[in-house]
Amino acid sequence: MPRRNLLISRAAGRRKRLMAFAGHAVLLGLTSSSAVTVLFIFYFIIRDALPFFQLRGVTEFFTSTAWYPSAENASFGALSIFVGTGLVTLGAIFVAVPVGVSAAICLSDILPFRVRQLVKPVIEVLAAIPSVAFGFFALVVLAPQLQERGGLILSVAVWLIGVPILGLTVLIAANSITSRLSGWSHRAGRWIIPLVLGGLTFAALSHLSGRVGAIEIVSGANALNVCVILGIMALPTVVSVSEDALQSVGRELREGAYALGATRAETLLRVVLPAGRSGICAAIILGIMRAIGETMVVWMASGNAAQIPHPWFNLLEPVRTLTATIAGEMGEADHVTGSARYHVLFGMALCLLTISYFFNLISEVIVRRSDKGKT
Amino acid sequence: MKCTTVILAATVLMLVSPVRAGNDTIVIDGSTTVGPIAKAFAEHYMRQHPEVNITVSESGSGNGAKSLINGACDIADMSRFMKTKEFEAAVAKGITPVAHVVAVDGIAMIVHPANPISGLTVSQVRDIYAGRVTNWKQVGGPDKQIITISRDTNSGTFETFENLVMNKEEVSSGAEHVGSNGAVRARVQSTPAAIGYVGLGFVDRSVKPLRMNNILPDNATIASGRYPIARPLYMFTNGYPAMGSPLHAFVTMHLTREGQEIVESIGFIPVTQYHD
Repeated sequence: MPRRNLLISRAAGRRKRLMAFAGHAVLLGLTSSSAVTVLFIFYFIIRDALPFFQLRGVTEFFTSTAWYPSAENASFGALSIFVGTGLVTLGAIFVAVPVGVSAAICLSDILPFRVRQLVKPVIEVLAAIPSVAFGFFALVVLAPQLQERGGLILSVAVWLIGVPILGLTVLIAANSITSRLSGWSHRAGRWIIPLVLGGLTFAALSHLSGRVGAIEIVSGANALNVCVILGIMALPTVVSVSEDALQSVGRELREGAYALGATRAETLLRVVLPAGRSGICAAIILGIMRAIGETMVVWMASGNAAQIPHPWFNLLEPVRTLTATIAGEMGEADHVTGSARYHVLFGMALCLLTISYFFNLISEVIVRRSDKGKT
Repeated sequence: MKCTTVILAATVLMLVSPVRAGNDTIVIDGSTTVGPIAKAFAEHYMRQHPEVNITVSESGSGNGAKSLINGACDIADMSRFMKTKEFEAAVAKGITPVAHVVAVDGIAMIVHPANPISGLTVSQVRDIYAGRVTNWKQVGGPDKQIITISRDTNSGTFETFENLVMNKEEVSSGAEHVGSNGAVRARVQSTPAAIGYVGLGFVDRSVKPLRMNNILPDNATIASGRYPIARPLYMFTNGYPAMGSPLHAFVTMHLTREGQEIVESIGFIPVTQYHD
């Protein structure tokens, strides 16, 4: 073979290096474009948010509850709006986490494989429903139902939540009490104690549901309505991320636990859940972010009253959230670009962005730490 | 092949037409309340006169006036009359604002059909929205907490309500805010204890309009000014437009039959009644 074929001419070599460089540059540009987009979003939101804080200061925004942006002497106290966002998110988490995590456990460890293959896609379809459809449902179906049969719905909810939680508690408590007893009292206690505890709990539950059943919900567009819908919307995220986490715990750990003589419940509670803990935390945080960022549903069904409910956890009163305020006051607003009323919305957007950034950071830290633990 | 030709022709036309229409351009700016009327008029007018190019922006009444004063627009849409200061600024720049009332904006207070209340006074409505009256009992109705439903503060309807009813008072923070006239109606028709306000065009059988100061809102009572929650909507031009010019045709469109129908179709009340 002639020698010159093995050598690359200087020009060709340069061309090759240039091509390689261009290729790298294009790929780098493409990958960094998403990061740059985020930076740009931060930059532009901060740029439009700063004038508000310069115009009106910081204290009023974070400490006052007087939200009158259109008044002649406008006031921009967003405290009640922050409280509304927090309340709605908290409520959504109370709906999504117990249901979502138990569904994930069920999917990954309890249901047979074939059922799981059927159920998981159905849950994930929830994520594909547009939020405006959820909002419409909340406004047109759930809100009137809450008004007409609020008491009934609430008492059914009390039973649905109370029976599994209190049932488990009673069983565990009865078990731990009887295990302390011995002889004939142990044998008798095995029957009597659960019955007594169960009876007491049943009575307490009936009393509670009776009290709750008497509540009349005057307006269905309230925090409770939104919490339920947001919880349902956050479900697919919570379920699929925590189910993935439980799956990734792996067969070895489970089989090891069984080999040591652990029952299925012990394996689940003592081995699988602790091992998948960080993934479940990440799932919950993703669920929180889904609930905080949701706009359409809260705008349509939360009532949008800029007030802190009395008492603060009263979910039956209307609340207003950051996202709904931005959506509601923005758009073809009859106010001037450059006014405090315009910039305050960017201030809110900045707060939202910061909150979700921090949640993201926390979930990242949790996932990182668990990865380190595994290796 | 034929298809390609059509597309080509269309493209050429699109490229050429703005140049040709360069002479006949109407620029409209101003109120978000009047904006929809201007947009509907523009759509209608441009369909008949494709050579005229009309742009409509909605930046608020104050900005509309500013644009007219600066010569940046031909028509300023305004939901209020021009202030003296704005007039003086205009005259100082050699511009004479002329007002054309194109429609009347009337707001109906609506309640659930099952509500026995059939009428309120404006001050009672103000008390309800300011949060001083919280139970229907206090205005002669059943013993039920009032659910007040208001509009988002950026809407023209909210602005009208604020000006004509609230009299510089704040809507109480307990009031629910919703995003559209349709949403107000949806909330009121499903909530027995609710009260809301919508443009007259949004009142239908599913809700009950209230008499205000003993007058039921309808086209006649609103156009004549007897119904209290109503206001004229203006278009301002620089001087009276030359007769026969596109601008003249535009600001007199509300007097034509089509113009009146357009005004009604978007929920406002025509100033004149040629058809019935």
